[in-house]
Amino acid sequence: MRRFFSAWAHIVDPRTLPIAVTILLFCALFGFGSVMYTGFFSWQVLLDLLVDNAFLLIVAIGMTFVIVSGGIDLSVGSVVALTTIVEAVLSERYHLSVWVIVPIVLVMGTVFGAVQGALIHFFRLQAFIVTLAGMFFARGLCFLITTQSITITDPTFHAISAFRLDIGIGSVTANVLIAFVALLGAIYVAHFTRFGRNVYAVGGNARSALLMGLPVAHTRVGVYALSGFCSALGGAVFTFYVLSGYGLQGQGMELDAIAATVIGGTLLTGGVGYVVGSLFGVGILGTIQTLITFDGTLSSWWTRIVIGALLCAFCLLQRLIERHAKSVRRPGGTGAVVTSGRERGQTEPSGASDSHVIGRAPEQA
Amino acid sequence: MKLSNWLARDGVERPLIWPCVTLALLCALNLWVNPHFLSLRMLDGHLFGAPIDVLNRAAPLVLVATGMTLVIATRGIDISVGAVVAIAGAAAATILATQPVPTGSLIAQALLAALIVGVLSGMWNGLLVSFVGMQPIIATLILMVAGRGIAQLLTAGQIIPIGAPGYLFVGGGYWLGVPCSVWIATIAVLATAALVEGTALGLFIRAIGVNPVATRLVGLRSKALVFAVYGFSGLTAAMAGILISSNVRSADGNNAGLLLELDAILAVTLGGTSLLGGRFSFAGTVLGALIIQTLTYTTYSIGVPPEATLVVKAAVVLAVSVIQSPAARALAMSIGMQMIKQREVAR
Repeated sequence: MRRFFSAWAHIVDPRTLPIAVTILLFCALFGFGSVMYTGFFSWQVLLDLLVDNAFLLIVAIGMTFVIVSGGIDLSVGSVVALTTIVEAVLSERYHLSVWVIVPIVLVMGTVFGAVQGALIHFFRLQAFIVTLAGMFFARGLCFLITTQSITITDPTFHAISAFRLDIGIGSVTANVLIAFVALLGAIYVAHFTRFGRNVYAVGGNARSALLMGLPVAHTRVGVYALSGFCSALGGAVFTFYVLSGYGLQGQGMELDAIAATVIGGTLLTGGVGYVVGSLFGVGILGTIQTLITFDGTLSSWWTRIVIGALLCAFCLLQRLIERHAKSVRRPGGTGAVVTSGRERGQTEPSGASDSHVIGRAPEQA
Repeated sequence: MKLSNWLARDGVERPLIWPCVTLALLCALNLWVNPHFLSLRMLDGHLFGAPIDVLNRAAPLVLVATGMTLVIATRGIDISVGAVVAIAGAAAATILATQPVPTGSLIAQALLAALIVGVLSGMWNGLLVSFVGMQPIIATLILMVAGRGIAQLLTAGQIIPIGAPGYLFVGGGYWLGVPCSVWIATIAVLATAALVEGTALGLFIRAIGVNPVATRLVGLRSKALVFAVYGFSGLTAAMAGILISSNVRSADGNNAGLLLELDAILAVTLGGTSLLGGRFSFAGTVLGALIIQTLTYTTYSIGVPPEATLVVKAAVVLAVSVIQSPAARALAMSIGMQMIKQREVAR
């Protein structure tokens, strides 16, 4: 019984509640599909979720880091497009090998992200306006390079694209393997490295992190560089998936990545979130698409509406959790501490207002 | 030296000088490429010429940017305007398509429906931002994602052609030789400016942008105001949606108003409205919208591939934000101080 309660307490902990809801929702959606449609419940359908969304998973991983750090990156979709174009051009016009091209685009993406991060941190610009400009810039570069769709004919690209690994219960592509390596790497970075701890600290409260002597500048720039890297890797995976480069590729992908991250339980105010949650967020988006494909009578635009509704539901859930956490924290309790940096930033000077509130705790409660 | 001093002082005191200079430079560039750039002529009783063309095409952007100005002044952002443009156009087109030859009352219904749908969308955003307390970018992101889906739901995924002459007059007609859309945008901006600047509303909105908590504590109903501001942004987006659908004679759920939110934010920023809230200028916003449209016109006329506009816009956004940022100002100040010191040392 006690074990049950401790498990329950763990689930309703504001840090893990969203991700618990996400996993439940994923199981429910998949269960719903399995009951409603014949042939839905199979390992291959589950694996195909990964096959078709490997690029989104990688992009969402980068987005998770950015959102945990309290920022946002709107440039990911256009960086994916830029990557496909650069890969296609380097392969078709300059006949470089895949093994040269991929490192080039990864460096390009990382530098792109780092520049955005530097602008955001050193000039104290809002993240969304800088990454919005980055989005314009990358999209414009795509069209400056070429306005046409370039098909890749290089045999190595085709070989990687056609590669299938049989894992007993079904087969997965090279893309899925890359995505999983990225996921494991991201979990390691987020939870077992100094950089990961700093990201959570900066997202929780940037000012405290600075006062604690944490390298806020390095962390901020690093987070956007990581997001740029992930976008470029996602773009490389996307190129293997579609085998062409086109400037209109990945339109709206930033929205899907943000939606996947938020549905995956990362708090938009920063400081709270799990990389593995984004896996389930991407899984839910993929399941919705698969459900609509299996149904056959629903049109594609329902995907957008359902994703929007889910996004809304999860944002509302987050607000409820924040309010709950605040009411728990205010009377001076130490349990379930969720510091939301944004919230504190608005009620500045936070030191004064906090003591004020604690002094009047009964009235607040 | 005196000129630069004058510019520096005036740049702070009268922020409109920069958008004016930018627009003048763009016009000069156009005149250099095409000496007839500013010439107007009458044709079939209508005014024709590049300036009219720029004004006509800038009208929807001016409308959207006017709503966006107020939203940004309250420290918010509305990135759903592009989707609202699509929804409004789709709503009007769906109603018009119910009759083969639309009557006057049906056209009035279509216009009204589009406006109501826009206001409702804006109110939905306002509800999430002011009463639920979501971050504006996320609250409006929801509608941005779902909005195009809703627009396509209304049009059943088709591009619906519009043939009603009365409706087409709104976005394509002329009155007193000037395009109707220009009249609509002008009247809307003037009315908004009169309402906001002529009453205490402007003060309240600035107060919310400067310090939301203090504004609430002073006793202003800031939640209701923020709610209304988002509703107004929805209304202006719907007006733009009507103009756009009427101008292209069709409603396209997928592409109508695509990337318009970015242009609107850009126009507002260029016009000197601070993204940190609390400072706004309608005249600046109109100038900003005209700068963007003239820029687009210029890239077409001097033969740069139109796609390059995106890169130019990105560079302009970054440059303007960096110039606006306190960090850059502090840097410029310290460099200026050093130069003065050096000169004194030299003496």
